[in-house]
Amino acid sequence: MIWLTWRQLRASAAMLAAVLVILAIVLALTGPDLASRYSAGITACTQDNTCNRFYDRFFGGHEFSFMAVSLVVLLLPALVGLFWGAPLITRELEAGTHLLVWNQSITRARWLAIKLGLTGLTAVAAAGLCGLMVTWWSDPLDKSASESLALMAPLVFGARGIAPMGYAAFAFVLGITVGMLVRRTLPAMALTLAVFAAIQLAMPLLVRPHLMPPVTSTFELGQTNVDGMGMNRDQGGAVEIHLRSAVPGHAGAWVLSGSLVDRSGRTLGSGGGGEVAVPVSTTSGPCAPSGSPFMDACMAEINRLGYRQKATYHPLERFWPFQWIETGIYALLTLGLTWLSFWWIRRRLS
Amino acid sequence: MTSVLQAQGLGKKYGKRWALRECTIDIPAGHVVGLVGPNGAGKTTLLKLASGQLEPTAGGITVLGGRPAGGPAQLAKVGFVAQDTPVYAGLAVAEHLRLGERLNPRWDAAFARERIARLGLVPTQRAGKLSGGQRAQLALTLGLAKRPELLILDEPVASLDPLARREFLQSLMEATVEHELSVVLSSHLVSDLERVCDFLIVLVDSRVQVAGETDKLLATHHRLIGPRRDPDRLPADQHVVSARHTDRQSTYVIRTDAPIHDPAWTVTQLSLEDLVLAYMDKHTAENRRVALEVQR
Repeated sequence: MIWLTWRQLRASAAMLAAVLVILAIVLALTGPDLASRYSAGITACTQDNTCNRFYDRFFGGHEFSFMAVSLVVLLLPALVGLFWGAPLITRELEAGTHLLVWNQSITRARWLAIKLGLTGLTAVAAAGLCGLMVTWWSDPLDKSASESLALMAPLVFGARGIAPMGYAAFAFVLGITVGMLVRRTLPAMALTLAVFAAIQLAMPLLVRPHLMPPVTSTFELGQTNVDGMGMNRDQGGAVEIHLRSAVPGHAGAWVLSGSLVDRSGRTLGSGGGGEVAVPVSTTSGPCAPSGSPFMDACMAEINRLGYRQKATYHPLERFWPFQWIETGIYALLTLGLTWLSFWWIRRRLS
Repeated sequence: MTSVLQAQGLGKKYGKRWALRECTIDIPAGHVVGLVGPNGAGKTTLLKLASGQLEPTAGGITVLGGRPAGGPAQLAKVGFVAQDTPVYAGLAVAEHLRLGERLNPRWDAAFARERIARLGLVPTQRAGKLSGGQRAQLALTLGLAKRPELLILDEPVASLDPLARREFLQSLMEATVEHELSVVLSSHLVSDLERVCDFLIVLVDSRVQVAGETDKLLATHHRLIGPRRDPDRLPADQHVVSARHTDRQSTYVIRTDAPIHDPAWTVTQLSLEDLVLAYMDKHTAENRRVALEVQR
């Protein structure tokens, strides 16, 4: 049975292996160079305190490859589910070959176990290898990425670490289960894709923020968490502050929500893209536009008046705990669907 | 004599429709059993129940004393060649033999290789490129080389041309004699089965109409032609299978163990095809009557 499973998997496994080998070669050739340039740049920038500018330049120079490799890791589980999971059973049902193989001296459950196990392990190994390679390669870029593309950002988190293994295992078994229920390859593939995409969207939006209780804290305003300030003459000349989704002292934190609060803790407005008007005099004092170092002095004045950024976030240190928890969740889902598929092949599928 | 297949009140329902019902049969070992009936009569359902592809809705079935597909040992004893003889299109002929060798403890590799060579199949050819007849032969080879005690074939010749049909059935017969196995094969054409079967099951409208050794069936079924007479006036031991009447003449197909002495009848023997058609006819006649009663 192992031979038959391998014989049926051979061609597509070879294709996947070829893609992975090419990816590995490219990453292995460019990775050390990337790391050395990063460390050289950091050494240079810490001397003259221009690291923010270095990060932008460094990341901007490799943004395309960063996006490309992340996309590969994100897509691989979906492709596994579509092209290995969904057709695994439906292809046999459509060709009628299940009647051939189920009448050899092997029980259906054993047939499924070997097919699912061997193909599934190959898929998980491929996704894991791919994810860890990319994690290693993009480490310098992850360190210099802006907050929206940092390690904990929803888009990047799923393309790093061990989570891709969980995704691949889940997508694969999801494909098998949907295939058994739908019994036709193309609809099964479409449905698998739809369900998997929905779950992959729901996970970072609805589930992942609650994997651990997020930290809520207030921070002084500064360059890290203020994107820009301006003056709005229409509203009586208030200073407007545009908050960033970052918190000082916790580089790479995943900020779920941020707002500006005043001395008594009253919320002035959220930092979610909008500008927050701060009632500070702009006709006199540090925030008057005549003052030459407008930005720094005005910021200091606003801080002195007690205005703070209040943010709810997950610090970067939670990256690996989150990876383990999320992989565990997907592993449990995978086990559940595996159980369902075994139950179904014994009871219902015939 | 031991039974290869025993069914008691066996039934299978798809949704609300019974594909097979109240099927009670006992097939003794050592026969080539023909399962005949029109399309959609439930032949495939019965064979799939026997091979364990389906679970019965009602009643029970034992094959060679065990529950169909109850475990690897049971699977090893029963060979099954499905309708349209499916094979893996992407796998070569030799790879199919390897598949059989890997998945069957009693696999006869020498026989399989020899048979493939005798049939002129190229081992390196992909099964998807084989003709219908060759594919059927490959599937039969897989079924035979497994060395089962019972081989079940579901409409194995349905998609074959007359020559390939004859060759297929011929080689099936040779193998049956050689390996002393019991065979159950289905067809909607009696002519396919006539030359090879010594036991017949007629299945019409999801019910078994008659089952028995062909010799006995032919000896106990007669066609009577004579002056018009109501079925009530026939002797009690003569079971009417089908009846046709014109104004002055009646034609009956009856089943009886006793000899027919009534000189009014012209008694003729039935061919197997006539016999099967009579049972199909009986059924359609009943349906017609039911339909008329409903209309009234």
